[in-house]
Amino acid sequence: MRLILEKRLDIDPRRTLAIRALALVLALVAGAILLLSVGVNPFATYWAMLVGALGDKSALGQTLLKAIPLMLTGLAVSVAFRMRFWNIGAEGQFAMGVFATSLVALFGPPALPWLPQALWLPLMMMASIVAGALWGLIPAALKAYRDVNEIIITLMLNYIAIGWLEYLFYGPWKNPEGFGFPGSAPFPPYTWLPMVAPDQLPRVHWGLIFALLATLILWFVMSRTRWGYEIRLLGENPNAARYAGISIVRNTLLIMVVSGGLAGLAGMVEIAGIAHRLQQGIMLGYGFTGIIVAWLARLNPWGVIGVAFALAVLLVGGNQIQISMGLPAAVALVLQGLLFFFVLGGDVFTQYRLRVVEEGKELA
Amino acid sequence: MDFALLISILAATIRAGTSLLYATIGEIYTERAGVLNLGIEGMMLMGAVTGFATAYHSGNALLGVVVAFMAGAGMGLIHAFLSITLRADQVVSGLALTIFGVGLSSFLGQRLGPGGGALVGLQGPHFSRIPIPGLSELPLIGDPLFNQDLLTYAIYFFVPLATFYLYRTRPGLNLRAIGEAPRAADAMGVNVTRLRYLYTMLGGALAGLGGAHLSLAYTPGWTENITGGRGWIAVALVIFSLWNPARAVLGVLLFGGINAIQFRMQAVGTTIPPQFLNLLPYLLTIIVMIAVTGYEKLSRSVGAPAALGQPYHREERGL
Repeated sequence: MRLILEKRLDIDPRRTLAIRALALVLALVAGAILLLSVGVNPFATYWAMLVGALGDKSALGQTLLKAIPLMLTGLAVSVAFRMRFWNIGAEGQFAMGVFATSLVALFGPPALPWLPQALWLPLMMMASIVAGALWGLIPAALKAYRDVNEIIITLMLNYIAIGWLEYLFYGPWKNPEGFGFPGSAPFPPYTWLPMVAPDQLPRVHWGLIFALLATLILWFVMSRTRWGYEIRLLGENPNAARYAGISIVRNTLLIMVVSGGLAGLAGMVEIAGIAHRLQQGIMLGYGFTGIIVAWLARLNPWGVIGVAFALAVLLVGGNQIQISMGLPAAVALVLQGLLFFFVLGGDVFTQYRLRVVEEGKELA
Repeated sequence: MDFALLISILAATIRAGTSLLYATIGEIYTERAGVLNLGIEGMMLMGAVTGFATAYHSGNALLGVVVAFMAGAGMGLIHAFLSITLRADQVVSGLALTIFGVGLSSFLGQRLGPGGGALVGLQGPHFSRIPIPGLSELPLIGDPLFNQDLLTYAIYFFVPLATFYLYRTRPGLNLRAIGEAPRAADAMGVNVTRLRYLYTMLGGALAGLGGAHLSLAYTPGWTENITGGRGWIAVALVIFSLWNPARAVLGVLLFGGINAIQFRMQAVGTTIPPQFLNLLPYLLTIIVMIAVTGYEKLSRSVGAPAALGQPYHREERGL
């Protein structure tokens, strides 16, 4: 007697959802076992995380603030993954968005003082999208024209982009009035992203609106337009797409313009919405977390919003238990990894079912 | 050129390259079996943190190496189970492994110290350099090659062993077969699933050893993200070496060399900002990737294992 996986004839969305929910529960159970094994009360930990992330107005604001860049990087990764272009480089594209935003905010106003102040924010946005798109075009062009593995290239470009930022704020852009601390001068206040509702949700900036708009547009383009169909076909059945005359080269380049642009915009809203200056700590790994967001959301734009919020709860909760329980924030990372494993492992059961077979009869 | 400087650069190259070489050789085994594991960074980190913690508490660095080996194999087992048994996408599963490994190693690093405290900043037993009498006095290569730590000496054996195993033994032939033509290998009576599990775990174990070399010999002690992206460079090196252990040595020497030269240049006080020198290995990887991809097209015989990244399911034979 042994177990085999048998292909299901139908894929039931309700079953898929149930499997996802079970995966979440199992991930929390596995996390609890891990916490217990190092002598920590898992229930108290999870509760403290929840309260820390959603307990009051300021906690909720904090969580939304964390969710914004995750939504945008999650969207960025998900469009590329739709075409099975493994963009691991949202982190670098984010960094280039940060770079372009800082460049415009720091050097634009002194160079063109006659320009209306209200123009600078849109200019920063455009600059960040262009910079992220260009950084994303490098691996796209190499893949499209030379078939160079995009995983390695996007990854290496992350390190280069982050190193470039560090060079700038340790070196030429370092604020002479910064008391020796690495970091640029602060941006002028009219280049700060305004807050959505300062009274209800403290600190939550307009990036939230941009992220929701981007989701809407992306959902429409991906599911309602011809181009979206081409991208999905290229991802699901590249041979059929080729026979249908869909250009892989053109679409690879286009998809990375969109993906890189979104990641670049994520960098813009992060720096223009929160830090208002280029400094250490701007790169918090949102580009990498975007990969988890995209995958857990099954590359669905609306799913990205939900997953980004859920992961933000986890991350903010993780920071809170550092303060309230003296536990390392890495607990959140571990839980993220576990969640990823269980969802990934559970996916097989949406398409296959387990069956017990008698030895020698499995071919029947 | 100054001989003393050359010798010191060569010695530093070999020290810096050891952990990379362990991880690269391990991933060559895994990818030769047809399994792509992008989780090297996470596996190395787990090897580094468990190895150091074990050595610290037991006072025995060798025991730390054993535990790092097992921790790496355990991480490899997760990837094998997800991607082979549960048929998860190998790319995504590998990424998950890295994220998990980064998080768990950081968590353990703050909990496995004395009294449940942090490991960061502690000093524990480590492998010091043991000059080999006679050989280490050879001119030029004596000091760089034969005044190293135990784990570096061990890799001197692992590389030729890997080459011999892959190309000159029956199990090595089976290994290459399941990565090139799993269906044919299955028909010949080779257990594809079992061997893929085995080599994914072996790859993880060797990555774990690479991590242990960092925390127990190269920079003794534990710091978060001690690997600093070496796991990802190993992924690139496997491609650079065209899945050949002997060529991996060349690649590692090149990468380790840049690293070593960079430190020397910083010490001498060049005008090039250190951030730029730090980027050299990454730039080089990109250049190598572009070059190798062109070369691979010219010569099919040295390309990637044909079934790399493709799951194998026995019951779904081709139609």
